[in-house]
Amino acid sequence: MIKRVVDFFGDEEYARQRRRLFYLVLALIVVADFLVSREHAEYLWDRLPGWSAVYGFGSCVLLIFVSKFLGHQGGLMRREDYYD
Amino acid sequence: MTDLIHPGLIFILGALPIPLLSGAIRKAYLLLIPALAILAVLAMQPGSYGEMQFIGQEVLIAKVDKLSIVFATVFTIMALIGTVYALHLPHAGQHVAAFVYVGSALGVVFAGDYLTLYLFWEGMAFASAYLVFAQGSRQAVAAGFRYLMVHITGGVALLGGVVLHGLATGSLLFGPIEGGMGVGAYLILAGFLLNAAVPPLNAWLTDAYPEATVTGAVFMSAFTTKTAVYVLARAFPGTELLVWLGTAMALYGVIYAVLENDCRRLLAYHIISQVGYMVAGVGIGTEMAVNGAVSHAFAHILYKALLFMGAGAVIYVTGRRKLTELGGLYRTMPLTVVLYMVGAVAISAFPFFSGFVTKSMVVAAAGQDHRALVVLALTMASSGTFLSIGLKLAYHMFFGTDRRLEAREPPRNMLVAMGMAAVLCIAIGVLPQPLYALLPHPVDFEPYTGVHVTESLGVLMFTALGFVMLLRALDPHNTISIDTDWFYRKGARYFMWLAEKPLARYEKAVSDVSETAALPFLHGAARAGLSIDLTGVDAVVNGVARSILRGGAALRRLQTGVVTHYVLAMIVGVIAAVAVFAVAWR
Repeated sequence: MIKRVVDFFGDEEYARQRRRLFYLVLALIVVADFLVSREHAEYLWDRLPGWSAVYGFGSCVLLIFVSKFLGHQGGLMRREDYYD
Repeated sequence: MTDLIHPGLIFILGALPIPLLSGAIRKAYLLLIPALAILAVLAMQPGSYGEMQFIGQEVLIAKVDKLSIVFATVFTIMALIGTVYALHLPHAGQHVAAFVYVGSALGVVFAGDYLTLYLFWEGMAFASAYLVFAQGSRQAVAAGFRYLMVHITGGVALLGGVVLHGLATGSLLFGPIEGGMGVGAYLILAGFLLNAAVPPLNAWLTDAYPEATVTGAVFMSAFTTKTAVYVLARAFPGTELLVWLGTAMALYGVIYAVLENDCRRLLAYHIISQVGYMVAGVGIGTEMAVNGAVSHAFAHILYKALLFMGAGAVIYVTGRRKLTELGGLYRTMPLTVVLYMVGAVAISAFPFFSGFVTKSMVVAAAGQDHRALVVLALTMASSGTFLSIGLKLAYHMFFGTDRRLEAREPPRNMLVAMGMAAVLCIAIGVLPQPLYALLPHPVDFEPYTGVHVTESLGVLMFTALGFVMLLRALDPHNTISIDTDWFYRKGARYFMWLAEKPLARYEKAVSDVSETAALPFLHGAARAGLSIDLTGVDAVVNGVARSILRGGAALRRLQTGVVTHYVLAMIVGVIAAVAVFAVAWR
C-alpha cells in the first residue's frame, strides 16, 4: 500500500494524474478560503480571501530569487574545495 | 514524593557501565536507561532540590517547575528515540557520549544556579563534540575541533557574565534577569545566543552537524539549541532584541537552505530557521508567546530528529550526502520516504501535524502583540521551510534524477525509531491538548479554525506551485556557501598571514636595530666596564691585599717562641689594662 502511494508520486506514468490532482487541490483551497468565516480579522490581509495563496507563491519566488542572487552575485556560493 | 531522582544523573551514571556490556544485554540496558528517565520525569514534583553551599555561594542542583518539566519530558522521549535509532552501533563510545550529552542537557534544564548550569553546559559541549569526532574522517575531526573551539569561547563568555552578574547582584541563582542589562547580563545572553545558533553566532551548527555520525547528528539536532531556548525562556523573556534576532534568523536559515547541496546541512539551516520562531516567541514574552516557543521546541525536537533520521538513513544506506549525487531512491526506500515526509509536513506546519499547532501559536502571539512585520516574516519563513525540506530536499533525495543507486531500507531499529517520532508528530497535531497542558502558562488558543486551516494550506500549496514552476532554478550545485565560519576558517588564515608576514617583518626590523645599534653599544659598555674593573678595582684590591701581607710579615717577627718574652708581654698588658681601668673609671 505504502509502496503504491510512493510510486504514484514518483513514477513517470502518473505524471498527468499528479498534475491534475495538484491543480484540483489548489483550486479547492482557494475556494475554501472564500467560504470560511473571517470574524477575528486583525490585519488588512486577514480580510482578503485568497491572500494566503498569493503570499505563499510570492514568498516562494522571492526567497528563491533573493537566495540565488546572494549565492551567485553576492559570492556566497563557492567551490567545494574553497576552505582546503 | 519528596525526593528527586535527577533524570540527568540517571543518564550520566547510567553511561558508565555501557562499555562493560555487550550483545542483547547492552541493547536492553540502553533502552532501560531512557525509560527510567522518562518515569523519573513523570514522577517529578515542582520544588527546589539539592540546596547547598559551595565556595560561599548558594548552589541549587535542581529547580523543578512547569517550564523545566516540559523540556525534560521531550528530552527524555527524544533520548529514547535516538537510542533506538543508534541501537545497531557496535562500539560503546557513541552511546556513552550520547548519554552524557543528554544527561548534561537535563542538568542544564534543572539547574537552579549558574554554577550548576555552567558545569552541565560545558559537559554538553564536550560530549557532543565526541559525536562529531567519532565520524573519523579528516573533515569531521577538523569540524569537531572548530565546534569545540567555538563552544569553549561561548562558555568563557558565559562564565565571565556569570561572575560579573554574581558580583553585581550578590546571587548566582538562575532566574529572570531583573533590572537593567549590565555587561554581565549581556555576556550571559551572548553565551546563550551562541548555543541557540543566532546569526552571526550560527556557523558552528551548520559546520559540525552534517559532519557528525549518522546517529550522533540525530542527538545533536535535538539538544544543544533547545537547551539554549530553555535558558533564554528562563532568563530573558520579553527582551525586545530577541524578537528581531529570532525573526531574522528564521529567514536567514531559509535563504541559506535554498543554496545548500549537502542534505544534512540543509536540515541544519532549518534548525536555525525554526529556532528563530522560538527565540522570537521568547522575545515577545507574553504568556501565549512563551507557550508557543516552548511547545514549538517540543514539536521541533521530534520532527527535526525524524528528518535527520531520514537523511541519516539515506547516508547510511548509500554512503552519499550530496543532493547532486542522490535521487530516485523512492523505489527502494518507500518506508523511509513516507516517514521522512511525515517529518517534512510536520515542520512545514500542515494541519494535523505537530508544527501546525505549535508554530501557529508563536505567529498568533506576534499578531496579538501587534507585530505585523514579524507575522509576515515568519509566514514567509514557513513557506521557505516547505520549499526546502518538503519539496526540494525530498525531490532531489528520493525522486528527481534516478541515479540507479543500490539501496535498501535501513536496519529495522532505524525504521522503528523513525516510526516512533512520526507517530508523535501526528499525535501532537491531531490531539494538541496533552501538550498544551504541559506548557508553563494556561493555553487559550485554538489552532483548528477554518480560516487558519485554509490560510496555512494556501501558503503551503502555492509555495509548491512556485516550486514546480521554478524547479530547474532550484537544481542543486556542487558548491558550499560562505557563512560566518569564514571568519575563523579563512579569516584566521589572514590573521596567520598577518602574524607571519608583517609582524614577523616588524620583529626582524626590531632585531636588526638591536644588532646594528644596541649591540655595539652594549659591547663597548662591557669593554669599558672590564677595563675599569682590571685597572681600577683590581688595583685597589691588590694594593689592600699586599699591605695586609706586609703587616702580617711584620707581626710574624714579634713571635719569638721564647716563653719569657710572652710572659713579659702579658705583664705589660695587665699593667696597661689596670692603667686604662684606673684612668677610664675614675
